[in-house]
Amino acid sequence: MKVFRFARSKLVLLTLVSVIFLLVGMAYAARVKEFDRSGKLVVSEKSAADQQPAYDIKNRPKEKIFEVPRPPFTEGVFPCSQCHTYFKPNPQRRILTEYHTEIVLHHAEGQRWCTDCHNLVNRDKLRLVSGELIDFTESFRLCGQCHGDKFRDWKVGVHGKRTGNWNGDKQYLLCVHCHNPHDPKFKALKPLPPPDRPGGARH
Amino acid sequence: MSEIEKNSYDQHRSRRKFLKGMAAGIGLIALPGKDASASMWEEFFQKHFRELSKEELKKVLQRLEKGYAKQFSKQVTVKATPPIEGVRYGYALDLSRCIGCRRCVYACVKENNQSRKPQVHWIRVMQLDKEKGVDLSHAEHYYNPEKVPEKGHFYMPVQCQQCENPPCTKVCPVQATWKENDGIVVVDYNWCIGCRYCMAACPYGARHFNWAKPGLPAADVNPDTHYLGNRPRPKGVVEKCTFCIQRTREQPGRYPACEEICPVGARKFGNLLDPEGEIRYLIENKRVFILKEDLNTQPKFFYFYAT
Repeated sequence: MKVFRFARSKLVLLTLVSVIFLLVGMAYAARVKEFDRSGKLVVSEKSAADQQPAYDIKNRPKEKIFEVPRPPFTEGVFPCSQCHTYFKPNPQRRILTEYHTEIVLHHAEGQRWCTDCHNLVNRDKLRLVSGELIDFTESFRLCGQCHGDKFRDWKVGVHGKRTGNWNGDKQYLLCVHCHNPHDPKFKALKPLPPPDRPGGARH
Repeated sequence: MSEIEKNSYDQHRSRRKFLKGMAAGIGLIALPGKDASASMWEEFFQKHFRELSKEELKKVLQRLEKGYAKQFSKQVTVKATPPIEGVRYGYALDLSRCIGCRRCVYACVKENNQSRKPQVHWIRVMQLDKEKGVDLSHAEHYYNPEKVPEKGHFYMPVQCQQCENPPCTKVCPVQATWKENDGIVVVDYNWCIGCRYCMAACPYGARHFNWAKPGLPAADVNPDTHYLGNRPRPKGVVEKCTFCIQRTREQPGRYPACEEICPVGARKFGNLLDPEGEIRYLIENKRVFILKEDLNTQPKFFYFYAT
């Protein structure tokens, strides 16, 4: 009997201790420790749910306007409506036999078709996944839907070529100035001549 | 004084006289001849660049412009634009983008008035094996295939790394090369004696010597020049990349020529002290390394992988 009583008091003590530990642990869990860019420790008292940023999908801030040169259209192809007004829009996926036969889609062709990017009705516009119609001069927004990391880098001038003044106005290029949107891999170039070997030896 | 002592004293005096005469004669030979123009005398006695007063500097620039006008029969401006306050230049090169096309090499030659023959290149593009990584013992810079990039290879252009702790400036016996306040390592071609100690000290092979009179056709001269940068060089001096000092020190300042020509946009340039700038962005967000970090030269030229 004595043995049992001792065990019970021990059990109560153990429960108490574990409850205290749990409480302390929970209090700590609510505090989030983070390091910011400069390496400074930031402790915030928010719960994990509160830390999730709330996205306002309807009222997104407008994308900054980037001045870009004219997109590299094939000669005489733009505006598209000059021909497409005479054709009935056909959303059927098919092999093109009459027009645009030079376009070889080599850009996730298994999952993609013309009208995923080109608007079906108004052919002078591109179409985002959200249904928003955009101009060809804003095509970086279209590309940025999938290539978000590249888009982010492009905006700050790390992806792609940016010219102009390092401490002044800068000129951007569209994605399509370097990447053919239908076949985006950058094409190989002929290298300029190698340097002379010392002593004028031949290559 | 004894007879012997007196004799030896006379002898000593005459030898000293003789040596004095010799020294003076050699000195005279070393000086520009009597047919030398006044500008040659001025050049001979020109002070170190950093000791020139404003008026003296102006005179020097005018003299140089006059000389170049005569040499190339066209107007060449020589600036001495000082560093911009609060700027420390940084350069970054994306190794995952570079395809080794050498456009930068020749854009640099054109912009910076390098000698065409004998050839001087400030940028050297190395072809490396993807399997071996950045292993310089397997570098090949004479590659010349039909098309680049070649399978299994990546390319690494090397130019002056504009070290924060430059070994080249320490060894110069006459202080003809130094680091400016914006971090650019420059050479005063008029002060350089051509000993090439700096070339031996540089671990990046970034310095180049004018073994012969630079072969620069007048038609190819870029007339926008800087005293410490791309002005036409004489024979027997060392030269190097200056981050296109004649462009980047202006306000607004254009990007360096190599950055501007790169067809893949692998080259990035900016102010390291600007927290919003592209250089800081990529140092904070990308995988970055510096070449030969173990030498503690602290380059301000960063190699990175954007992907």
